[in-house]
Amino acid sequence: MTNHVKYRIGKSAAFKTLTIVLAFACVVPLIFILIYIIQAGITKINWHFLTNLPKPVGETGGGIANALVGSMIIISVASVIAIPFGILCGIYLSENRKSRLAYWSRLCVDILQGVPSIVIGIVAYFWLVKPLGTFSALSGSIALAIMMLPIIIRSTEETLKLLPDSLREAGFALGLPFHRVVLKVIVPCGISGILSGVMLSVARIAGETAPLLFTAFGNPYLSVNILKPMQSLPLLIFNYATSPYNDWHDLAWGASCILLIWVLTLNIFTKLMTRKWKVQL
Amino acid sequence: MEAPIDTNLATRPDERSGRVVSIKKQDTVSNTKRINRSFRQIRAENVFRRTLIIVALSMIVLVLGIMLTLIWKSTLSIKSAGIGYLWGKVWDPVRDIYGAYPFILGTLLTSFLALIISIPFSFAVGVFLGEYYPKGWLSDLLKNTVELIAAVPSVIYGFWALAVLVPIVRNFETKIGVEPVGLGIFSSSLILAVMVIPYAASLGRSMIQMVPSNLKEAAYSLGATRWEVIRSVIFPYTKSGLFAGILLSLGRALGETMAVTMVIGNTSLIPKSIFAPGNTMASVIANEFTEADHPVYLSALIELGLVLFLVTVVINMIGKKMISRFTNE
Amino acid sequence: MESTIVKSVDYNAYFGENHVVKNVNIEIPRNNVIAVMGPSGCGKTTFLRGINRMHELIPGATAKGKIMLNNEDVMEMHPIFVRLKIGMVFQRPNPFPNLSIYDNVIAGYKLNGIKLPKAEKDKIVEHSLTRVALWKEVKDSLTKKGSFLSGGQQQRLCIARAVAMEPEVLLFDEPTSALDPISTSTVEELFHELKKNYTLIIVTHNMQQAARVSDKTAFFYMGELVEYDDTKQMFTNPRDTRTQNYITGRFS
Repeated sequence: MTNHVKYRIGKSAAFKTLTIVLAFACVVPLIFILIYIIQAGITKINWHFLTNLPKPVGETGGGIANALVGSMIIISVASVIAIPFGILCGIYLSENRKSRLAYWSRLCVDILQGVPSIVIGIVAYFWLVKPLGTFSALSGSIALAIMMLPIIIRSTEETLKLLPDSLREAGFALGLPFHRVVLKVIVPCGISGILSGVMLSVARIAGETAPLLFTAFGNPYLSVNILKPMQSLPLLIFNYATSPYNDWHDLAWGASCILLIWVLTLNIFTKLMTRKWKVQL
Repeated sequence: MEAPIDTNLATRPDERSGRVVSIKKQDTVSNTKRINRSFRQIRAENVFRRTLIIVALSMIVLVLGIMLTLIWKSTLSIKSAGIGYLWGKVWDPVRDIYGAYPFILGTLLTSFLALIISIPFSFAVGVFLGEYYPKGWLSDLLKNTVELIAAVPSVIYGFWALAVLVPIVRNFETKIGVEPVGLGIFSSSLILAVMVIPYAASLGRSMIQMVPSNLKEAAYSLGATRWEVIRSVIFPYTKSGLFAGILLSLGRALGETMAVTMVIGNTSLIPKSIFAPGNTMASVIANEFTEADHPVYLSALIELGLVLFLVTVVINMIGKKMISRFTNE
Repeated sequence: MESTIVKSVDYNAYFGENHVVKNVNIEIPRNNVIAVMGPSGCGKTTFLRGINRMHELIPGATAKGKIMLNNEDVMEMHPIFVRLKIGMVFQRPNPFPNLSIYDNVIAGYKLNGIKLPKAEKDKIVEHSLTRVALWKEVKDSLTKKGSFLSGGQQQRLCIARAVAMEPEVLLFDEPTSALDPISTSTVEELFHELKKNYTLIIVTHNMQQAARVSDKTAFFYMGELVEYDDTKQMFTNPRDTRTQNYITGRFS
């Protein structure tokens, strides 16, 4: 009997050890990747690297200024489209929890969240690139905006749902019209959750490559025209990483390092904010 | 106490006051202003309500639009190859023959292999955070680090895998005596496995935390060990939730493009083993979409996108249904 | 000036199929405190929320009949106008957590986008807070958030917020049920002051409160207005047996 109990206790301890080992093993590849990318990339980063255009094959040096500017522009335009749209949709879903439109709309948001990014790239190609006759930063931004929407909508809806009804009633009882109750009372009270969702969505798309392949397409030169092809960091990494030239690989490592630091900073910043604001996402 | 204050406020709209006759006129003026304002507010209110409805509607239009675009643009291929497209074994754009079987097989192989590799790890994280150590700085650190795995852009995973993982796999292949390519399904699965860990892990954690403590206490009071509680109370209770987590990981793995494209080797031949190079649906699209020079070719690629879309939608929907059913119970 | 300010004519309210307020006819005189009492679920709160059209904010809620405010039917008016004229204070204090005490008082103006000169805003704030006997307590911390105050102070802040809009009628939905006894008595004292300028309708489940503060009392039972009379008359000599049973505590 005691032996059996000992055996069971031992088994339990063994399982616990195994769980701990496996759980922490997950972190190992991430740490390897972080260390490797930073080691390979950090030495490439200097002022020259940030402010110059890539050089053709065979010439050393060169930088990624076009990709940095391009990424900024593409992400900004995507945010300008997705943020108001997403917040408004989130407001509708939390204000009309049981309406039939809300049900279908919510279902579509769920579907959209699962759509592979490459598929969104295809669709943006047919909606914008084909009609406009050229690859363009704008089409890339729209593809990314579509990917941001579900994250913003969900976080807005979830945040606003948690606000007590008494807030809305206080607003209505003062004779406030619906839009002022929403925009001046409800949204300000839930702003922390909404902002966290927005930042999370930006972090998510900052590294997206697949939807840009057939939309923003990439461009070896500096361009700020959103109706023309534009380079972006992830596109540059993909194109240069899969090229056979070592000089280009070096550029790609430097770019990866910058992208990684950027995305991780955004994520960690969002985490710290959500913790400070006690937001549930 | 009242009177002095009220005289101070004599200029305010106060319909009842009637106390100071001279300010009555001013009252009416500001009241009219107030009422005109309110009429504007009512119009704004209606505009706002309508805007919200339009925005909510446009989400439906957007998703329907995505689906219809995919269907419409792939009709050419659907017409020319029919349903046989799905199990056609040859993909040869030069001869205009399009069979998706190599890519469907490639997708299924990489995804399921990745799942099999990742499940023990994600469950371990889920159990560790949900049951053994739900609180404390170490668990916070683990939880946040695991979530960061999902934050790293896939193109960076791909690049790293290309530079580090592929040579390691190549060595391994030499050792076990298969053709040492390095690039291929096995490498893709490894990197995918890392990438999908957080999805099942975080869902698993929240599901395990939801197990009512009285159930666990009942088992403990009968003398069960921790492991026995996990096996016979927690796992059965969270079964559907854990399965939903696997489905979400699967949905993510099926649609993952960049990392896979960079290390799978990109060949349209049917993979002979898990060490052979291949292609997934997503990676073919990424590689060939901008090169597709005639309509049927392009359409065949879009049909791949359509299949991918439908499969991921179905898998995600089942996963979400299971989660909501679980959390509602 | 006519003495009746609010009058309901065959007022009925529903939640979906549920008929919660049945054919209520009541006349409420100006500058009075009216207590509305009855057992829980009797429709008293629903009736109160019907007066300023808050009832219909709940999905599936509908109403029929007339509520006359100064001989104008509020059911025909846009709810925004109604609520500007009829203020409301809720069961739980609900100051806006993102606004300071000062901004909470002028919330009705600020959130409505009505621009006022600073001097006038100051006057409104001081005046309203004085009316609810809160000015002395908070005048040095006007920039603090409203949620810093105690429960009783928060409730008086909410009353000040309603008073600042200069409504004609103030509705109170069990305003003291979430407060401690001392805060309750402060709020009750306020009612005597406030009725000089406003008409007060107070829903309460507390009979002693109704007896203490009100001029007239309405007794609701099962959605019907059973009895409506001067408070003294009602508590000493009720006409309906149901009222008698209620005030003698035979059911609650």
